[in-house]
Amino acid sequence: MSAQALQRKIATHESRGVTLALILLALTYLILFLGVPLYAVFYQAFSKGWALYWEALKEPDALSAVKLTVIAAAISVPANVVFGVAAAWAIAKFEFKGKSLLITLIDLPFAVSPVVSGLIYVLLFGAQGWFGPWLQAHDIKLIFAVPGIVLATIFVTFPFIARELIPLMQAQGKEEEEAAVSLGASGWQTFWRVTLPNIKWGLLYGVILCNARAMGEFGAVSVVSGHIRGLTNTMPLHVEILYNEYNFVAAFAVASLLALLALVTLGVKSLIEWQARRSGEPLHGTH
Amino acid sequence: MAQFKAHSVLPGFNLALGYTLLYLSLIVLVPLSALFFKTAALGWAGFYDIASSDRVLAALRVTFVTSFAAAVTNAVFGLVVAWVLVRYRFPGKKLVDAFVDLPFALPTAVAGITLATLYAPNGWLGQYFAAHDIKVAYTPLGIVVALTFIGLPFVVRTVQPVLADVEAEVEEAAASLGAGRWDVFRRIIFPAIYPALLTGFALAFARAIGEYGSVIFIAGNMPYISEIAPLLIVAKLEQYDYAGATAIAVLMLLISFALLLGINALQWWSSRKGAR
Repeated sequence: MSAQALQRKIATHESRGVTLALILLALTYLILFLGVPLYAVFYQAFSKGWALYWEALKEPDALSAVKLTVIAAAISVPANVVFGVAAAWAIAKFEFKGKSLLITLIDLPFAVSPVVSGLIYVLLFGAQGWFGPWLQAHDIKLIFAVPGIVLATIFVTFPFIARELIPLMQAQGKEEEEAAVSLGASGWQTFWRVTLPNIKWGLLYGVILCNARAMGEFGAVSVVSGHIRGLTNTMPLHVEILYNEYNFVAAFAVASLLALLALVTLGVKSLIEWQARRSGEPLHGTH
Repeated sequence: MAQFKAHSVLPGFNLALGYTLLYLSLIVLVPLSALFFKTAALGWAGFYDIASSDRVLAALRVTFVTSFAAAVTNAVFGLVVAWVLVRYRFPGKKLVDAFVDLPFALPTAVAGITLATLYAPNGWLGQYFAAHDIKVAYTPLGIVVALTFIGLPFVVRTVQPVLADVEAEVEEAAASLGAGRWDVFRRIIFPAIYPALLTGFALAFARAIGEYGSVIFIAGNMPYISEIAPLLIVAKLEQYDYAGATAIAVLMLLISFALLLGINALQWWSSRKGAR
């Protein structure tokens, strides 16, 4: 290697020592902040053996918490899918006034503290809230009950799908849909046969992230739940109760299920990214 | 009259936009407006009394100082992580890359109890700090740890694509003109990724301010010392002090909006810089 080439190599790449030091620094940081906590969840969960772990999971209150978490996600994710597709269709395929304001408003729930997300529903539907007296007169309970939990979950996961689909559908343009319509396809046919296949990976990606947040939400749900064991406790809330009762093995046992959900989420997310890259379909729009 | 909507052959605009606006109003706008009506009922004097009380100011200070510290930590180490993931090759890199998003996927309560256990004085990590008389869990330092965890992916994910786009030719040109490696980084690479770094920082900061689940377990929650603003909202709610809770919420919302506007301005600024 000539002296000049060597000189250039040095100035466009770091020395071996610096490279190694940076890699070590980055890995140490990630291991300390991500690796150790993740390992600790499972370690604590199994620290007193399989029997106690199993015991904590099949206890009725834990099972009802799992059930409520699944119910909340099973309602909020599809609700936000329908909304996300409708919003993306209107925003990406048409030109109209006030579009950027609409996009900002859709992002709003991300700017709100989870605790505040719960509070607003208490202000509306709680005993002292706007609709409180009316709801009480008709014997309907939303706050400190399952509907409140579902509402709060919908709110915190509100932007996930729309935010994924809007830039993607904007990047894809509307030529394909226009071609389908001009060849005589109906609106729904166009959507199901042209648009949906184009956005399937992006949609799935949004669903996965939306679901993880829906099942894991704590702050918002905590405010509206009322923490009634076996009735209005989701898994994260059940974890909190067990932890505050110093029942650490049970708390971490339930937490380990949520950690497993996180791992599955990351796995599926990587799989979707890989699949989208392989098929050459873009997953994200150009931001 | 100016047209509200440009002509299009595609169907479904009215249905899609109508449903979008209805759902947005019912789920987000009407509930959020309740916050402002409730505060308006307090009047300025009432709002000011609550907002300027010592405990509220202390909670806001704790929230902002710890969120800022966590965001700075993430800006520094997030940049290193992004750099390493973009520029170097090492075994297991893809796995490491996927794991960066763990804080987005892991429920905050799980992170909270785990970090509290790890950093307790007898915990795996806390024992080393305790040996040097440093308490992490149940102090503001513990809050910083939790907020650093939940904000970790932001800087990495905003810097990564921009760093990957920095053209090698420019670096080579600078090098061939005699610039050293550090000069190249300082003068060419850093200015290119600086807007993204700032955006990531702002996102991590904004997320940290509202964070609740991961913090309350490790914070110790001592009023005036380690009590964060979202926790104070919950505390007021539990005492049925709806007006107090709402006033703090509005205060936090206003601050968050200001931050959101700042982030948008940053993104606009960086896209303009990129276009130049």
